[in-house]
This record gives sequence, C-alpha cells and structure tokens, in this order.
Amino acid sequence: MSYLTTNGPAADAAARLGWGLIALSSAVIVIIFGLLLSALFRRRPIPPGDVETLGAIGRKGTGLSFIYVGTGFSTLMLFVFVVWSLQALGTVAGPPESPGLTVQVTGHQYWWEVRYIGAGGRGFLTANEIHIPVGTPVRVELSSADVIHSFWVPKLVGKMQMIPGQTNVTWMQADTAGDYRGECTQLCGLQHAHMAMVVIAEPAAAFTAWWNRQLMPPASAGTQLAADGQRIFQVRCASCHAVLGTDAGGLVGPNLSHLAGRQTLGADTIPNDPDHLAHWVNNAQDVKPGNAMPAIELEPSDQSAVVAYLETLE
Amino acid sequence: MSDQTAGSPAEFRAPDSAVLDGIWRTQPGVIGWLCSVDHKEMGKRYFVTAFAFLLIGGIEALVIRVQLARPNVGLITPHQYNQLFTMHGMTMIYLYALPMLSGFSNYLWPLMLGARDMAFPRLNAVSYWIYLFAGIFMYSTWPMGQAPSAGWFNYVPLSGRDYSPGVDIDVFTLGVTFIGISTTVGSVNFIVTLLRTRAPGMSVNRLPIIVWGTMTASVANIFAVPAVSLACIMLWLDRQVGTHFFDSTNGGSPLLWQHLFWMFGHPWVYAVVLPAMGIVSDALPTFCRRPLVGYTAVALATVATMVLGFGVWLHHMFATGLPVLALSFFSAASFVIAIPSAVSVFAWIATIWTGRPVFTTAFWYFTGFIMLFVIGGVSGVMTAAVSYDWQLNDTYFIVAHLHYVLLGINVFPVIGGIYFWFPKVTGKLMNEPLGKWSFWISFIGFNLGFFPMHISGLLGMPRRIYTYSTGMGWDTANLVTSIGAFVFAIGILLTVVNLLRSLAVGPRASANPWDAATLEWSVASPPPPYNFKVIPVLASRHPLWEGRLDDENSGRSLLESGILLDHGRETLATSVLDAEPDAVLQMPADSPWPLLLALALAALFFGMLFHVVWLGAGGLAALVISMAGWLWPDQREQRPTRSPAHV
Repeated sequence: MSYLTTNGPAADAAARLGWGLIALSSAVIVIIFGLLLSALFRRRPIPPGDVETLGAIGRKGTGLSFIYVGTGFSTLMLFVFVVWSLQALGTVAGPPESPGLTVQVTGHQYWWEVRYIGAGGRGFLTANEIHIPVGTPVRVELSSADVIHSFWVPKLVGKMQMIPGQTNVTWMQADTAGDYRGECTQLCGLQHAHMAMVVIAEPAAAFTAWWNRQLMPPASAGTQLAADGQRIFQVRCASCHAVLGTDAGGLVGPNLSHLAGRQTLGADTIPNDPDHLAHWVNNAQDVKPGNAMPAIELEPSDQSAVVAYLETLE
Repeated sequence: MSDQTAGSPAEFRAPDSAVLDGIWRTQPGVIGWLCSVDHKEMGKRYFVTAFAFLLIGGIEALVIRVQLARPNVGLITPHQYNQLFTMHGMTMIYLYALPMLSGFSNYLWPLMLGARDMAFPRLNAVSYWIYLFAGIFMYSTWPMGQAPSAGWFNYVPLSGRDYSPGVDIDVFTLGVTFIGISTTVGSVNFIVTLLRTRAPGMSVNRLPIIVWGTMTASVANIFAVPAVSLACIMLWLDRQVGTHFFDSTNGGSPLLWQHLFWMFGHPWVYAVVLPAMGIVSDALPTFCRRPLVGYTAVALATVATMVLGFGVWLHHMFATGLPVLALSFFSAASFVIAIPSAVSVFAWIATIWTGRPVFTTAFWYFTGFIMLFVIGGVSGVMTAAVSYDWQLNDTYFIVAHLHYVLLGINVFPVIGGIYFWFPKVTGKLMNEPLGKWSFWISFIGFNLGFFPMHISGLLGMPRRIYTYSTGMGWDTANLVTSIGAFVFAIGILLTVVNLLRSLAVGPRASANPWDAATLEWSVASPPPPYNFKVIPVLASRHPLWEGRLDDENSGRSLLESGILLDHGRETLATSVLDAEPDAVLQMPADSPWPLLLALALAALFFGMLFHVVWLGAGGLAALVISMAGWLWPDQREQRPTRSPAHV
C-alpha cells in the first residue's frame, strides 16, 4: 500500500514531489533543530542562571536578523515548492491521451461494484476486482450507492471521494503488469476497515481474454451437488445476487457471475477458497460484522451444495 | 453597567484593601460558589474541567492504541471503536483544546490588562456553565450505547437518519450547537474586554502576545462557529423534520456539509493554537532573561495566520472532485500560511539565542513545543501540495501531522503554561525535579508514539480502521506507537501528581517567583479578589523590568498609585487604541442567573434530544425567565456623576 514508489503516470509525478517534500522537510527539521540546540547550549560570556538565581535581565542585540533571514529563506523555499506542486498537479490531473477504457465504480457499504461498458453496449458487472490493460490510461467514474467512500489505489492513483448524487472522475494507468491493492479511505461505517479491492493490470491479450470471458455466462453446473446448489442459490441468494445466464438477478449484493475467478471474498477480507467461502455463505456476519449480508444458516448439506455451485462460476 | 465621564483627579486617598475585599469577594458557601462571577474563579473552573476532559480523552486514546497494537486484536467491536475515536476527537477538539485556553485567558486577561474583571462577568460565568453542561450532554448517551460514531467531522450521509438512526448523531448536532453558544458569548466577552477595559497606558503595542492570540481567536470564532452551528441545525432538521439539505436524492448536497464543517474546522485549528503560541511568546522570554525578539512581527504574524486561516478550508477537501483550478488557489494559500509560522519560530529561537536561558520545567516544555511545532509544520506543508495530498489524505500520516500540531502546539505550551502560572494562581511552587521528569518522559513518549505514525501513513495505512491484517507492513510501527502512547501517558500522569502534590505541600510562592515582566506578577500570589488595589498606569510593555533594560529614557509605569475605584464593583473603561481613561464601569455583583440560564438551556437541549416535550418547553420557559431576571434593571442606587478617585 506504500506510495513511496508508484507504477503509473497518474501517481509518478506526485511520488517524485513527495520525495522532494520529504527531503525539504528533513532539511528544515535538521537546520532548525541545529539552530535551536546551538541557541540552547552555545557558550555564553555569562553562564545561564538557575531557578533560584534567575540572572539579570538584558537585551543584547535585537535578534531581528534571525527573523529576516529565516523568514526570507522559508518564503523562497515555499515559493519553489508551490511552483513544483502546481506543476505536478497539472501532470497527474488528467491523462495525456484520451483513455481507451472507462470503468464505472460504485461504492457500497462495504464493497465495490465495477461496471464495464464495451462497444455496442455490451458491458458487464463485476465486483471488488478491476482488470485493466497495461500501458493504457483508464477513465474511472466514481459514485456511491449509499454513504461517502473514497477510491484509492496508492501505486496507481491518489484518492477521490465517491459521493452520492455526483460522479467524480479520475484516471489511472499501470505501466507494469501486476496486482495493485486499493482501499476505501473515507469512514463509511462499521466495516470501513474491510473495504479493499485489487486492480489487476495485465497485457492487452490477457485483458481481452478476461473481457470476453466476463461477457459469457458461466458453464452450467456439472455435478449433481452443484446443480442442487444452484437450486438452493435461486431460492436463498438470488434476490440479492446475480449470475449471468440464470434466473438470479439481484442487484443488492455483488454480481457473482464469475466469482470463482476472484482472488478474495468480502472485498478483500478473506481468501477465496472453499473453506472460507463456506464460512462466508453460512455466516457472513461472523466474518465481517455489520455488512449487509445476513446470516443464511443453511443445513450443512445445503451449504456444501451452494459452495460446490459457486466454485463452478469460473 | 453605566458609563460616567471621567475628569481630572479630584480625591486623593490611601487604598483600603479591606474595603475592596468586601466589595469584590465571593460569598462563602455553596450558594456563593454557584453564583460567583469572578474571572479568576471561572478561569480555574475552566482549567479543571478541561483538564478532566483531557484525561478522559487520553484514556479513550489508550484503549484505541491497545486495539491497534497488534493486527486483528478483538478487544472492542467495530461499533465501539467508531464510538471511541469519535468521542476522542470530540472531547479533545470541543471539550479540551479551546476551553483550556479560555481558562488561561479568563484567569490572566484582567490581571495582564490591569482590570478588576472581564467586561461582562456574568457572561463569563454563563459561558463556563454552558461549556460544562454541553460536555455532560455530549457524553450523556454513551451509557446507553449510543455515543456518536461518525467521526468528529460527522460527514453526511453516514450521519444521516438512513445510516445512523439512533440518538447518537442527534447528540452530536445538538451538543456542538450547544457548546457553540458558550464559545460565542466567551468570544464576545474577550473582544469587548480587550477593547474597553485595559488599564490606562496599555496601548495595543504593549499587549502580551497571549492577549493578541486570544483576541485573534475570538474574532475568528465569531465568524467560524456559526458555520458549524448552522450545519448542525440543518442536519438536525434533515434527521428530525425531513428537510433535504444534505439529501442528494431530493436535491440536497452531501458536499455542502463538508464545506460548512471545514469553514469552521480549519479556522478553529488556528483558534486552538494561536493563544497557546501566545503562552510561549510571553513566558519563554522570562526564562531567557530578555524581552521577546520581534514583538511586532510576532503579533502581526498571529493576526496574519488567522486571516489566511479562513482561506484554506478546501485543503480538507482536495479529494472531493472540485475543479483543479480552485484547488490550486487553496493549495497556494496553504503553503503561504507557513510564512507567519516561520516568523514566530525564528523569533523564539532568536530570543533563546540572544538571551540567557534558565532551564526550568516550563522552559523545557516551551523548547519541546518549538521542536514539535517545526515537525508538525513541515508535515503540514507536505499536505498543502494537492497531488501529494491525494496520497497522504486519510492515512496515518495525517494522524501524525494533526497530533504534532494539536498536542505540540496546544498541550505542550499549556503544560508549560501550567508550570509557569501555577504559583500565581495557587500561591504555591511546583516541584521542579518532578516537573523535569514529566517533561522528558512526555517528550520522549510523544515522539515514540506519534513519529511512527508518519511511517505507517507513508506505508498506506488508512485512518479510522478498527483493525488491520498481518502482512501489510504496519505491525512494527503500530506496536511502537502504542508503547509510546503509554509512555506519554505516564509523563502526563507525573504532571498530575506534581499538581496535586504541590497544591497540598508546595512551598509558598512570592508575588513574582520567576522575576517576570508583565502586570499579573505585580499582585500577590494568589491575587486578591479585586486584582489591583489601584488601577495601574502603564508606560511600557515590561512594567516590572523597567529600569533594568536599556530604557533609561522611557517613562515609568505607576503600579502603587493610580485610579482607586472603591465605591462599588467598578473598573475603568479606556479608549480602544491608546487606552486613555474614558469612563467608570459599574460591574455586576455575583448572580444566580448565569447558572440558571445555563440549566434552562440544558433542559431545552435534553428535551430536544430525547423528544421530551415538557422538559424542552419547561427549559424554554425557564430560559425566558432567566433572561428577564438577568436583564432586570439594577436596583443599586446610581451614584451621581463624579471623577474617579486618585491616590
């Protein structure tokens, strides 16, 4: 999550400026502390007094040169940094070329809805993972379904609040392939601590393959257990969750069409493996108290059927 | 209060302290205590109450630090965590930081300015009582498990009725409005006191810097507090009546809350540090055995900071999607505001450099303050850069910055100020060795606790998360922070021990134990109820150092002879800039109305909070009655117009 080193032009100039500011700050601290310590302990013609014998009052020199020189120097440095920081702002405020891809991210308590819009309106919904092609600027449109959240992927782009009733726009670009973690940084309720996501930057070919897979419904349940699971899912889960190509069309919770392909569950709260998934399906409140998903409390056999079904959603 | 025209000196008499004492002394007993309007009494009550809130807020912080010491600690629930950091913020910001400084100023102003009391003593009392009741009010719903939990900044819509349906947010909106009344009347009182009740000769260029600081902060509060009170009332209406000020689905704007809140919030930050910087500017030179370097520059820097402080609120909102051009103006202003701070820092360093430091406990606290101020200042400059603030914002880097600023510039000067003025207030000396232990433990603990927060912030740790998982790289920094927090707490505890011990068995203090220069040190320790036997006449900025600086040609202040005023509770009114005698002010006697008015307000607010109609209506009726009682014409016989007596 460190932003001391970054991987894209929407963040690089700010990181360089940051190092400049850290260097300036350190220099100022060293200089002032040096001055202060010399002021305290420098040799004086008359030794300092103590509490009992406070010592005579005097006014040796006006000392005003400290203020003139110190303030003059500070003003000069501040001016340099104002110019540098405005320049950096200009660099990161918008992409150099028009973005090739738009992603709409909507904040929910406590997860991220991600909508891709392709040519001819063929788009799709996913959640908590944002796939982007390497080396291309991506326009990110931010809004919220409930309270204010804040979108932040430190390696790629600084924060932007997601405010209900308005759409804020930012952009990001990954220069190298990899997984970049992001996190909500605006207090949004009980589980603000567990509202993270990952931006997966991959080469253009891999991204296109992923895109095409997302447009397709998942393969139908192969085993009897998974088919049972799908039936239970339709009854117990489908009013909140959607799965492409099935009757499940709920829009309250994350779209689960390709759940099995995701790395984590609960907006990066637990890893996505069968054990954790079973725990989550049965009692999400136990894992992430205060999130919107109620405790379902399935029979153990039903639970393993639902998990088997969800595991097929590649 | 009635004004009488002053003329040439007519009567010459010796001051009789017994007469003055009879006129000004608060009656003994509980009733007398409750009715007192003495500014020194109010100052002490402010101080004790604010210090208690500091300790309460500190304990809340320690619980937070235990929860965050290691990854995945389950000491408290997410809801309890949100309540804790919200109450910690509200306690420290609203109930400690400014009230503590009001305590200093209430106690010191008339003594520094050469007056018998503040301009409006009853307003002073009502300001304290409202503060006390507002503090109790803000804590009243916690025992029911309903403390505010949307942060001290309380962003809408999280704080709207849909997402926070309980009384938790109502207690925030009403509590902040309630305490705003206290701040406002207190500020009005400071402003009028400064403009009208200075001793003759206390011209504006002779004011102690704490007076400049409090004056500046008071003017700012008059403009800043209405913004947050308005926002709170609008939110209360949204929640209770169904208006849509902040409701985006019905044309309202959640962003409006942020604007109104930070239009208050940022000036407020300066309001809670400028008087504390004034404490240092006044007390530090005493221990350097010379006057402050660059008095005029420091006084003007104080005012300049506040003026600029009204033009930087957007730097709390860089990440809200506002136009980049607007952000760049506020960014530049946020850089520029560092310049007046630089003036003050170099003035303090020059004062130490050209002086001969005496290493007392108070002096160490002020020196420590300069170091913390510099660290907090440069980290503030870092956040002024918009593009980098988009990274720093809402991470622990900001938590580090704001604690360096608020603890560094408020708490350290305040504790230094306590060590400095404790002998004046109580007539007892504090223990110096214990004081030095408290400083070094506090100073080391503070840096151990808060410096690593810069690191965890740069490593990407967001604020307001109740826990974090292993493998984020935040474990070590958080553990060190938690250890430091406890070390810091021990340092504060040592000061508490020192205070209580010195109160009980401290050696007697003389009138001027530090050989300081300003007027409050010319009267006994503790000061008599009437402050000054005669109203002094000033001829310089350092009345008690006259003749010892290279000022042989300047005039001499008159401290033993001057205007007497012993026919009743009276003090002198002087002109605004030059402090020429102008009129005699008749001051009100002790009165039950301030307490009753504050109680009536408390009943009104509790009635509104819990929807108890009879309590609210009763409070409103009692409020009207209290105001009538307060304003009822004074039955004391009006004395014929005459000149103030001189001795």
